[in-house]
Amino acid sequence: MYCTLGRITSSLQCVALYLRPVRHRCGVYVGPHVVENRGGQNITRHRKKHTSSLSQSQTPHHHNPKVPQTPTWECVREDQLPLPTKVPPDLVDKLERLALLDFRNQDGVDCLEKAIRFADQLHVVNTDGVEPMASVLEDRTLYLRDDRIEEGDCAEQLLGLARNTLEGYYVAPPGNIPLPERDEREVLLKYSEM
Amino acid sequence: MAASLVGVLAVVRNVSVKRTVRSKCLISSSHVCTRRLGASACRNAKAQVKRSLSQELVGVVGLEIHAQIHASTKLFSGSQVRFSSPPNSLVSFFDASLPGTLPVLNRRCVEAAVMTGLALNCTINKKSLFDRKHYFYADLPAGYQITQQRLPVAVDGRLSYGVLVDGSQNHVLERSVRIKQIQLEQDSGKSLRDGHRSQTLIDLNRAGIGLMELVMEPDMCCGEEAAAAVRELQLILQALGTCQGNMSEGQLRVDANVSVHRPGEPLGVRTEVKNINSARFLARAIDYELQRQMAVVESGGTVVNETRAFDFKSGQTIPMRDKEGLQDYRFMPEPNLPPLLLYDQQTAPMDADPTQVILIDQIQEQLPELPRVTRERLVKTYGILPEHSFTLVNEDDLVDYFVSVVQRTKAEPRKVIGWVLKDLLGQLKQRCLSTAQSPISPLALAELLDLLEAGRISSPAAKLVFQELWKGTGRSAEQIVEQQDLGVMRDHGEIERICQSVIDSHPEEVRAIRGGNRNVLNKLMGRVMKQTKGRADPLLVRTLLEEKTS
Repeated sequence: MYCTLGRITSSLQCVALYLRPVRHRCGVYVGPHVVENRGGQNITRHRKKHTSSLSQSQTPHHHNPKVPQTPTWECVREDQLPLPTKVPPDLVDKLERLALLDFRNQDGVDCLEKAIRFADQLHVVNTDGVEPMASVLEDRTLYLRDDRIEEGDCAEQLLGLARNTLEGYYVAPPGNIPLPERDEREVLLKYSEM
Repeated sequence: MAASLVGVLAVVRNVSVKRTVRSKCLISSSHVCTRRLGASACRNAKAQVKRSLSQELVGVVGLEIHAQIHASTKLFSGSQVRFSSPPNSLVSFFDASLPGTLPVLNRRCVEAAVMTGLALNCTINKKSLFDRKHYFYADLPAGYQITQQRLPVAVDGRLSYGVLVDGSQNHVLERSVRIKQIQLEQDSGKSLRDGHRSQTLIDLNRAGIGLMELVMEPDMCCGEEAAAAVRELQLILQALGTCQGNMSEGQLRVDANVSVHRPGEPLGVRTEVKNINSARFLARAIDYELQRQMAVVESGGTVVNETRAFDFKSGQTIPMRDKEGLQDYRFMPEPNLPPLLLYDQQTAPMDADPTQVILIDQIQEQLPELPRVTRERLVKTYGILPEHSFTLVNEDDLVDYFVSVVQRTKAEPRKVIGWVLKDLLGQLKQRCLSTAQSPISPLALAELLDLLEAGRISSPAAKLVFQELWKGTGRSAEQIVEQQDLGVMRDHGEIERICQSVIDSHPEEVRAIRGGNRNVLNKLMGRVMKQTKGRADPLLVRTLLEEKTS
């Protein structure tokens, strides 16, 4: 079952309200302090729009009409979509190398093809004249931090999380472990019901 | 402490030594590989180009320079930036890429990049974007580096620099290289190979430090030009305070893209010489690679596009094993950082929090005097030679030293420069001292020069006083002259007596002079000067000797 992009976008917008960096500090999530008064307010025109939508979402009982109250979707017919993408072994190979993932079996490739098919629905949406959006945060003000030392000096805590350490260093393998050679991989692929 | 680029600096420093640099250099393979340290392909105008083929090949050099931003904290976290601290002691949760942490941009780093961009005549983008560049390496715990690939903070700049040339007389050749872009990005951690136990030790202290990556167009033709450009950049960064520029501490790291072609033809296949972390070897590494490629092309081979490392022990570049063959960094927009917006006083939003707004024109106004302007000012104000101005500016604090001597002495700046560059700087270099460590203060040198200027001591005596001052006994030039009786001899009779005794004890020489060999007179002069500890007026001594031997 597929939902249309319109729905995806509106639910993303909804999620975006919670994704905003709430407290401008890296490290642990601190809590829902309101950012808006910390500065840079109304730096862009869009800012006001967001402020108003924020105030709506902050009252949980006030329903935003753009956000459906129950899950909803519309089916996109197969014939509206481009031809399904087949992932050849070469590409699996490349993706495995780039992502340091191991999915050279039928299930893995099926899963990838399904994911591509899901994304194919985006082709149905008419985006003529719409500037691509890189992030839902792109009309936010980028917070600027003062150049003051506030973190660090927690080596013990950090190294405690690592499996292997030595004299204050993390210990890693000698280099990236190379994937098996091509012909070796062919054999592996052949025996994995592909 | 100025890390010196030998190729350029050796020329500048050694004021009296004549060098030959060719402006647009053709590099003959036979020539480059035999050069000694600090020498470069450009030198030797009459480079013995033997093979006609090599005569046509020219080098093309572009640079990518990583400059660590001089800031208290990292680019996206509040952990401290410091060199050589205990491993992993300067690491925040974000630097270690713990889940749930987010980047928070350091205002100082943005200002530094803008300031550097302005100093390099760049266009500052009022909107720039952050991207993720993915690769897997143990010293990059997130699996990606935050950088600016699509829209960097500054673009289209120009760096002017001078290459010192020596034809019939010293002069400086103006060159310039286009700056394609300056982007903000994170530094990676450091890996220490433990070959013994076949493992890698990871220190994340450097991970996340703010870098400015400066991309220079391939406008240079040889190692010496590249070294001169890097040296000028280093001086600019140090003047701005945006990067300390110490190459030995990795604050300035250079990768060179090198290719050869025949003029008019498309650029040749390039190789990348990685991680030239030493100022001394920059020119050498590039020239070696140029020469290697020329040899390959001349023998009918083709240059392979590859990454090479410079081995300073052998003086060669060697192919580096590529991490994973063809790289594909899967760039994507950094979802956690909205676009970086910059303003000027006109466009800044009225009600904005000033701590959140960076004004480009305000930074422009704060730009300090750049090295090139300093040099021009020195030449214009003090009438010194351009190449001397290069030497002054190349050494930390030496401009200030020179100026304060000039202000305190009656001696002319053109005389002062000789003492500062030849005597003072010579001694400092010999003992590996910085200007700030000089045992002779500007005031002490000024006093000495005043004594010389007033004719109270002779030039050779002044050198002796200088040596005494260098010992740092706290005595002034005046006191040294008095205590060691180095003042010019005013007693005419005394000088005459010494002259006479020299003549009496050298009858053979006197005969030679009387026989017409006037040169021998110099020998007698030397004797007199020695006996008077250089205190006698040489003109007077000569006249007396001439009288007595005629």
